[in-house]
Amino acid sequence: MSSVATVFREEFGRSVAVLARTLGDLDLAEDAVQDAFATAVERWPRDGAPANPGAWILATARNRAIDRIRRDRTLAGKRELLARLEREAPPAPADDDALPDERLALVFACCHPALAVDAQVALTLRLLGGLTTEEVARAFLVPEATMAQRLVRAKKKVRAAGIPIRVPPPEALPDRLRAVHATLYLVFNQGYGPPPRDELCDEAIRLTRLLAVLLPDEPETLGLAALTLLHDARRAARLDAHGDLVLLEDQDRSLWDEARIAEGRRLLDRALALCRPGPYQVQAAIASLHSDPEPDRRRIAALYDRLAELAPSPVVELNRAVAVALAEGPSTGLALLDALAEELDGYHLLHAARADLLRRLDRPGEAGEAYRRALALAPSEPERRFLAGRLHELPNGG
Amino acid sequence: MRYLLLVYAAAEEAAALDTRLALELAERGGLLAAHELEPVTTATSVRVRGAATLVADGPFAETCERLGGVYVVDLESLDEAIAVAARLPAARDGVVEIRPVVRREG
Repeated sequence: MSSVATVFREEFGRSVAVLARTLGDLDLAEDAVQDAFATAVERWPRDGAPANPGAWILATARNRAIDRIRRDRTLAGKRELLARLEREAPPAPADDDALPDERLALVFACCHPALAVDAQVALTLRLLGGLTTEEVARAFLVPEATMAQRLVRAKKKVRAAGIPIRVPPPEALPDRLRAVHATLYLVFNQGYGPPPRDELCDEAIRLTRLLAVLLPDEPETLGLAALTLLHDARRAARLDAHGDLVLLEDQDRSLWDEARIAEGRRLLDRALALCRPGPYQVQAAIASLHSDPEPDRRRIAALYDRLAELAPSPVVELNRAVAVALAEGPSTGLALLDALAEELDGYHLLHAARADLLRRLDRPGEAGEAYRRALALAPSEPERRFLAGRLHELPNGG
Repeated sequence: MRYLLLVYAAAEEAAALDTRLALELAERGGLLAAHELEPVTTATSVRVRGAATLVADGPFAETCERLGGVYVVDLESLDEAIAVAARLPAARDGVVEIRPVVRREG
């Protein structure tokens, strides 16, 4: 028997998507589905869960939407909205496959480039993920009232500006899909930290997996799903008992999640078989190599070369320099880093990477200086603790 | 949905409107208005403060791009409006701002 809580995660976004697509109104759809779950919380424990909980939620939400539209005196185009709901016949309650999946349309609406990125993230987590406003606010460390307002504004813009709730036509799909990937990856990285917020990683993985199911022939979608799974597999090993960062090479591999690694690799293989490489696939391939017992450092460095071609940026160059240092030695890597010194002067990881290479090259004075610079710029407490520890370990104590 | 497209061109002399695009929109029934504007040097700003009507030479806001033309279009959604805006020559060196027109219906 299904409990309301287990049904909630999967069916919230699905029902919101169906109603939003029919009504063209996110607010109305969200409220109706919220109402339906409130009714479920009341009835299911008493009467038992229905045979097909998803269909029950959708049918109930649809009736709630009809009630709300009838009651509302100010709503524009009431008759048209009711007619549209009538046309969309309620799904047969016994057949789960008959339930329409409109979530892809909702993903594209939530991640529309006409919305600010923080609005995209908030809408995606609230409407597709079913996170409460309070949960989304907590994950992004903003007051609940701020997040509530952000969501209201975003939904208002979707309605007032006429952002369509539909899958874009083929000619617009590549650009729009890039925006969706960027938003989901942002959610994942926000969760990855430091400090880590597991519920965001879980949600990003759930949504990227869903996207990979809905778009099985989009290699970068599969690549992104693979990348998030391969990174997340190291979750339990990334921090030690004190909450301090543990470098990849020092992690306890027995803590890695083998099932996630295997799933990520399967998705990556499927992506690569489509022969349309892209930055997420290359990053997933790098993460996959890192998961080997003896990572092939030359192949990793070669993949970073490829990544720098596909998605050139100073940060990618920084990662490439670190990979080259591991493959060919610290002095080659240091030369590459020094070429970036001006551009990334304000970025703590540049100084942290330089410090590490200088330490390996037995230049403790310069290493100490670079560690101190990184320490001053590092944005999070775990990173500062890590850098302070490294600084302290230098032969002359920095 | 009705949208106002404000066409800001980078240079005063750049064409704000695209005749072929306007004709195409008109044929599809999506064009409600298309106007090219006289240069910003001909703009007049009016404010009423208390009892005084203040008239000044020049535009309301000084920007690098000049508001050179406006369209009012009736299209299915923001995506179609974005597609139209992207085809305007001014979008390449200037910018096109899309503003939905308030709907009032029963």
